[in-house]
Amino acid sequence: MADKKFETPELREYPIIPKLQKDVMAHSQPFIAKDSHNEPLGFPGELVEDWHDVAIKKMGDLQSKYRGLQVYLDSCVKCGACTDKCHYYVGTTDPKNMPVARQDLYRKVYRRYFTFAGKYFPKLVGATDLTKDVLDDWYSYFHQCSQCRRCSVYCPYGIDTAEISMAAREVMDTIGVGQKYCNEIISKVHKIGNNLGLPGPALLDTLEGLEEDVEEETGVEVKFPLDVKGADVLLITPSADFFAEPHVDGLIGYAKVFHEAGISWTVSSHASEAANFGMFIGSYENMRKLAMRIREAALELGVKRIVFGECGHAWRVAYSFLNTLAGPWDFLDQNYPIPQHICEVTYGLIQDNKLKFNKSLNDDMVLTYHDSCNVARASRMGDKAGGQFLIPREVIKATCNNFHDMSKDTIKEGTFCCGGGGGLLTDDLMELRVKGALPRMEALRKVVEDHGVTHMAAICAICKSQFAKVFPYYDFSMDQIVSVHQLVSNAIILTGQRDENDQNDDENHPQQDIDEAA
Amino acid sequence: MQISILSFTVAAIFYLAFFVFAYGLISKILQYKNTPAPLKIPTMPAPTTQAGVVFRMSKEVVFFESLFKSSKVTWLFGWLFHFGLFLDMLRHLRYFIDPIWFWVLIIQPFGKYGSILMFIGLAGLLTRRIIVDRVRYISSPSDHLMLVLLLSITTTGMAMSFYLGADVISVKSFFIGLMTFNIQNIPSDPVLVSHLLMVASLMIIFPYSKLLHAPGLFFSPSRNQVDNAREKRHVAKWAEDLEKN
Ligand code: HEM
Ligand code: SF4
Ligand code: SF4
Repeated sequence: MADKKFETPELREYPIIPKLQKDVMAHSQPFIAKDSHNEPLGFPGELVEDWHDVAIKKMGDLQSKYRGLQVYLDSCVKCGACTDKCHYYVGTTDPKNMPVARQDLYRKVYRRYFTFAGKYFPKLVGATDLTKDVLDDWYSYFHQCSQCRRCSVYCPYGIDTAEISMAAREVMDTIGVGQKYCNEIISKVHKIGNNLGLPGPALLDTLEGLEEDVEEETGVEVKFPLDVKGADVLLITPSADFFAEPHVDGLIGYAKVFHEAGISWTVSSHASEAANFGMFIGSYENMRKLAMRIREAALELGVKRIVFGECGHAWRVAYSFLNTLAGPWDFLDQNYPIPQHICEVTYGLIQDNKLKFNKSLNDDMVLTYHDSCNVARASRMGDKAGGQFLIPREVIKATCNNFHDMSKDTIKEGTFCCGGGGGLLTDDLMELRVKGALPRMEALRKVVEDHGVTHMAAICAICKSQFAKVFPYYDFSMDQIVSVHQLVSNAIILTGQRDENDQNDDENHPQQDIDEAA
Repeated sequence: MQISILSFTVAAIFYLAFFVFAYGLISKILQYKNTPAPLKIPTMPAPTTQAGVVFRMSKEVVFFESLFKSSKVTWLFGWLFHFGLFLDMLRHLRYFIDPIWFWVLIIQPFGKYGSILMFIGLAGLLTRRIIVDRVRYISSPSDHLMLVLLLSITTTGMAMSFYLGADVISVKSFFIGLMTFNIQNIPSDPVLVSHLLMVASLMIIFPYSKLLHAPGLFFSPSRNQVDNAREKRHVAKWAEDLEKN
């Protein structure tokens, strides 16, 4: 399965809607979770005997708990408006990757067991029994949805296939059919505190190493504090930021921003992970348990603010759900948004002229920006609708001279997923990930050709890892993906920073650059 | 006055249809209303105030804004059909109120053109459903039949108002009679009777089919929620219970 040879789709000159090719992705399934992955999450270790009945019961339970699910299952008119909106459909041409067809895998079972028409006239309304084959299709195709919500933008009723994928995954987990990648990771966070299973001492080591690196480079003692009681800010960031390229350059950027602004901050070894894979598997309980670690850390360390690093779905959970899951946050400083995104922090400081940049230090790059789906369509930044589009771009423009957006229908609310979100960032789904990246690769290719773009910036750990991996399939190189705060880190001039000959000139006019950006 | 068997039958069917429609729709609406939405999931960017939500929703209901973004062809036919349906339903009010309100009189001729819009819209939607491979793939027999049923209602209606004519006075007294539990005769006109019986079946089907999209839209959390998760804590009843342990 994972080692199956597949062809990278060709980038098309004029993206047209592809013709259907039935079942070409039916073979794509992620590795199944073992009992040791499932049980810590409260799920049975393997397929339970009476799985059929348990599954139907769970479906009924979810419908009564989630209005969205109930309304979405009833309301689809099969207008077809969403059919060409999913990157997985565009990249694979498998009709079951059309959002409505993906929903229908669930809806046809819903109709059969829960609606009058489906009970008495199943053929007429396309209702079917829940059989092993159907379950198999569920496992394939609900793991070919990155829960990116693009379909929900274009549906006349806002039907969100992500909600249905989450429900389907929860039903599958409940009968013991879990996905290894997600469940293994969640069990690690429950046990250790982050996706990587990186224990406290290792974390301390890494952070100290970063302090040394930055001091060597700049001559400034920029701190990377861990578990510091009484710090103002608790930084919650995806664990990839602690070591992998280009993520770690982003972390260095946050540290420099905090340092320069004189904000005391700390990472927590108890909540050393921004990611919350509980969302991917649709499990409110797991999502809540993971979120509670953040509350516990904030209380224990006595911080005043919570700031999230660059991570897409984590920001969704933080912005949209954290207050619900782990609030109320009455013990934090109410003068700041709770929680706050690192881009909001940096943007605010730029506006207040608290940071100095030499934009020319990023002149070796021509940038474009990839809106991560969870930031774009499931959360916000700033105090106005659409701040999630404006703020990261303003941060880029304040730190770089060369920036070009990709074409209009592939950015902002219409952004295309990187192809690896929603719990699919695993090597056993490589074919899907490569094919799902197609629309984004086409849009990138276009700005590369038209504007000489050399790098794409993103604010999501999953996007960054995914692009680093799939770029080579499309003849880009893996280092063409960068963190937004990496750009900040490159261009920021710290107070007391060691002069480098080529910087002297510009350093006298950093203010000018800032004004231009504002 | 002698009431014909036909009139009794049609009357009985309409009472049944009305009951099923009202009961079915109200239970669905109550179900939607009583099912919590535990998480904030508006499709962003979303309005940050309740007034903003009303504005967003109005644009969806009146103009099909999201559909306009996604597919101009579907939008055109879909909107023509619904707008025509809306005009035509207003026009039909004249069968149920007496004396007829002034504005209902004014719109009579427009209502008539509404049926033409409905016809064009429905024919376009049905054609699209048949010729576009993606839409054909996602269609069940019921999706085609729904359009056929609506087309048949539209064409029988148009046949009467444009060519054959109907005894509208009797039709009106039949419906006023139904509403006052005083059954009157209905003209034994096959086109009229089939038009009415198809409308009755549409009412019966409504709460058990995808026609639930009409109430559904108003309850869709991705469209009706305010974007204020950070400012206002939002917790469902069942989720509150989790916090106790
Ligand atoms: C609040 C009122 C309503 C709204 C906002 C609404 C909106 C929509 C939209 C956006 C579509 C998708 C586009 C299309 O295929 O036309 C649609 C489809 C449809 N609507 Fe409505 N609608 C409403 C009421 C009704 C009513 C009362 C009927 C019933 C008789 C109806 C019958 C249909 C049908 C049959 C379709 C499917 C068309 C197809 O097969 O392609 N709608 N509606
Ligand atoms: S949520 Fe995204 S991945 Fe899932 S069906 Fe919709 S468009 Fe496709
Ligand atoms: S756009 Fe919405 S209503 Fe139309 S087919 Fe897709 S999910 Fe169904």
